[in-house]
Amino acid sequence: MRAPHGVTLAQGPTRRNLLTAGAGLGAALLATRSVCAADLPPELAVAVLGFARGAPVREGRVALEIAELVENGNAVPVTVSVSSPMTASDHVVALALFNERNPQRDVFSARLGPRSGRARVSTRIRLATSQKLVAVARMNDGSCWSRSVDVIVTLAACIEGDG
Amino acid sequence: MARTLINLPPAPKQGDVIEVRTLIAHPMESGYRPGADGKVLPRDLIRRFSCLYDDGTSREQVFQAELHAAIAANPYLTFPLLVTGAGTLTLVWEGDNGFTQTESVALRLG
Amino acid sequence: MTCGAWRTRRWGGVLGAAVWLMACASAPAPDTRRSGFDFMSPATQAMQRDDSQNPAMLWVQEGASLWERKAGRSALACADCHAAAASSMRGVASRYPAFDTASQQPLTLGQRINQCRERRQQAGVLVPESLAWLGLESFVAMQSRGLPMDPPVDARLAPFVQRGAQLFEQRMGQLDLSCAQCHTQRAGQRLGGSVIPQAHATGYPIYRLEWQGMGSLQRRIRNCMTGVRAEPFAFGGPEMVALELYLAVRARGLAVETPAVRP
Repeated sequence: MRAPHGVTLAQGPTRRNLLTAGAGLGAALLATRSVCAADLPPELAVAVLGFARGAPVREGRVALEIAELVENGNAVPVTVSVSSPMTASDHVVALALFNERNPQRDVFSARLGPRSGRARVSTRIRLATSQKLVAVARMNDGSCWSRSVDVIVTLAACIEGDG
Repeated sequence: MARTLINLPPAPKQGDVIEVRTLIAHPMESGYRPGADGKVLPRDLIRRFSCLYDDGTSREQVFQAELHAAIAANPYLTFPLLVTGAGTLTLVWEGDNGFTQTESVALRLG
Repeated sequence: MTCGAWRTRRWGGVLGAAVWLMACASAPAPDTRRSGFDFMSPATQAMQRDDSQNPAMLWVQEGASLWERKAGRSALACADCHAAAASSMRGVASRYPAFDTASQQPLTLGQRINQCRERRQQAGVLVPESLAWLGLESFVAMQSRGLPMDPPVDARLAPFVQRGAQLFEQRMGQLDLSCAQCHTQRAGQRLGGSVIPQAHATGYPIYRLEWQGMGSLQRRIRNCMTGVRAEPFAFGGPEMVALELYLAVRARGLAVETPAVRP
């Protein structure tokens, strides 16, 4: 199994062996900024890496449109889009949105394809508190791209009772 | 029968990429919210949404989404669609407690 | 003519000052009233502006279908008497609350709809805050969207308007706060993370993000009263109706926005 950038394997081959074996690939990966475990809290990293199915996750190509200051976390408009021609040979297969501080990491995921024409999904989400959001896209060649945004929420949504 | 609202551009042309906008009335009870008596209200969510497109030539699923508790109540969801022919869109929402709602929308070309 | 324009003319000290004062006194004061819409974030404003995004439209849709549905012993639908709501109901909501001769009291739009259901359709009354109540009220009120609030200038309403004004100014609850202290004196300032709006009830029934659903003006007022730890006025009670009437008069001229979205 390839070790995604930033994650250390606890067992199996020694770190030195792995680093040597993956040196060429690793050098290429280090050249582009990755959004993996090094930058994210552990649970959020696990969710993102799970969606990526082992592929390295690079920052770019994904746009995450959301207000940076939210007045009510109960219904926050968000749009995830990916720059992609959406042709049979080059398209987004799936995209997903993850959060940092709600009770659960998942927000939504979607499957797209050439018949989508473009990669752009909008919805409204709940944010329990100020936190980081990460949108991830998986392409038909297995590569993964992402974007993260920090959002400030002035009122909690999920956990409060009825007013 | 949950109330739904579906919006498409009125007269798309062959080859256009359109945005389909959907709204459905549903509490999306997260399972974390206490009710008036202090007890947590049971989770009741829409979990899946899909769109089947019959363009006269084929009938294929062109979009699918998995929704979680973080989706706001009365879910608003938009998705893109490449217009390949006049026909019918079949939109299906499914969720907890056997929830299922199907809407058929005609796609007419301009 | 602005005061500034007068100042540039050389009319000599005292005479100039006197004329300047008169000009300022007779120039109309700018209307500083602003809808709650103006205090919202751009994202929430966008939700209200676009009918294909506005979750309140799910209730309006229900109202539209109820409008066509035959009800009660009369087997009459609203449409049977009122035809197309877009024409017959245009301007109606903007002229409520109105005086009801039979009960000698003001009537809100919701109460008027129930009056119709009971007397004309011989159907059961709609339960306040129910889907049917909010659906029909938002559907009817939406037909006045964009028109200025225009409650009737009726001498018989005067004592009720006064009562509403009194309630608006009256300190209440354990926090001992009046509506006016927040919404007139401190509008634009912040309560916690939220900006305090001026409380012009132009968009009701609203989809309130905090409720994750639709609700009436009276529900919103009850929320505020709970907020200051006061015993909320009863739905449909005389205090609520007086307050609704006063708020409509206070917002006279501002555009109806139903169905609004509010945080």
